[in-house]
Amino acid sequence: MKERHLFLLQRLSAIFLAPLVVLHLVVIMIAVRNGLSAEEILNRTQGNYFWGGFYVLFVVSVSIHAPIGIRNVLREWTAIPKTQVNQICIFLAVIFLMSGLRAVAAVI
Amino acid sequence: MPTNNSNSEQTAKQEMLEVRVWRGQGQGQLKPYQVPLRKNQTVLDVITEIQRLQAPDLSYRFSCRVGVCGSCAMTVNGKPRWTCRTHVSKVADEGVLTIEPLRNLPKIKDLVCDLAPFIDTWQKAGAVFKPTGTRYDAPAKVDPDSACRRAADASLQCINCAVCYSACDVVNWNKDYVGPAALNRAWTLLNDVRHDERAATLDKVFEDGGCGSCHSHGNCTRHCPIELSPSASIAGLKRTLFTGLPGK
Repeated sequence: MKERHLFLLQRLSAIFLAPLVVLHLVVIMIAVRNGLSAEEILNRTQGNYFWGGFYVLFVVSVSIHAPIGIRNVLREWTAIPKTQVNQICIFLAVIFLMSGLRAVAAVI
Repeated sequence: MPTNNSNSEQTAKQEMLEVRVWRGQGQGQLKPYQVPLRKNQTVLDVITEIQRLQAPDLSYRFSCRVGVCGSCAMTVNGKPRWTCRTHVSKVADEGVLTIEPLRNLPKIKDLVCDLAPFIDTWQKAGAVFKPTGTRYDAPAKVDPDSACRRAADASLQCINCAVCYSACDVVNWNKDYVGPAALNRAWTLLNDVRHDERAATLDKVFEDGGCGSCHSHGNCTRHCPIELSPSASIAGLKRTLFTGLPGK
């Protein structure tokens, strides 16, 4: 994958993330009624495919956006060779995606 | 004689400018000089006066002295500037001038630095004109009011002084980054319908160390002596990811 593709992917994922993050934060602030408990969250999310789809999109966007950003930081600020930086970031992308999707599956 | 007395009184009252000039080859240090403060004196005037009267071995570059050639850029009181068009009265800090070579380039001697790395970036960014026609063809018809031409015109007058390259923090910490001047030039070529390798130029500006490395700090635009906006050119390059090559 060329640098321009990574650059484009990071911008596109940011376009998705911006409204998703805002809605995520708004829901956190207005949805909590009786204290932040697992029970209340699960009551809201279980069986709700809107929130399922919402957080799948969220996780996929984060898994694209964050590793590319970390790659840029590592390349600019450390002496780690490019190949290793790429490997680290692919590893991070897989971890973010798998753990994120697992979390979504657990609450839907 | 009264005239002599008057002259010596004038000399005694002459306000002096304290100038610290970076001297050395590779390693060096700031060396103090004193130069009479004059009306409408430029920083290049000050350096020339030091070289002519006090330090004949002082090395520095200049050519046109009127802001056209871009060869006299140096760091003045911490900021990169074209010294021939910089008035001492505007930049002296309580009567003190500190003059150093440009940042981000290898020092050769005193105020002279090696511009080769700066020139090389133009090749790396694909900022090299390849004409669509030959000298035997009729001149291309270019509409001066077209969006492309207006975008090219806005960025075209670069004098290659390397002030933006010196001002850029990303150039300072990322040795792969080609810098604002090369990307600005590439942007003018992408908007030039007479450039035959627009697609190749676009490919090159997005390679490692290309426009994707720019953090949009804006130091290039802030310091450009002829008030171009390399930041806007780089933003234009980034936009091509969504819009493709600029139209005609």
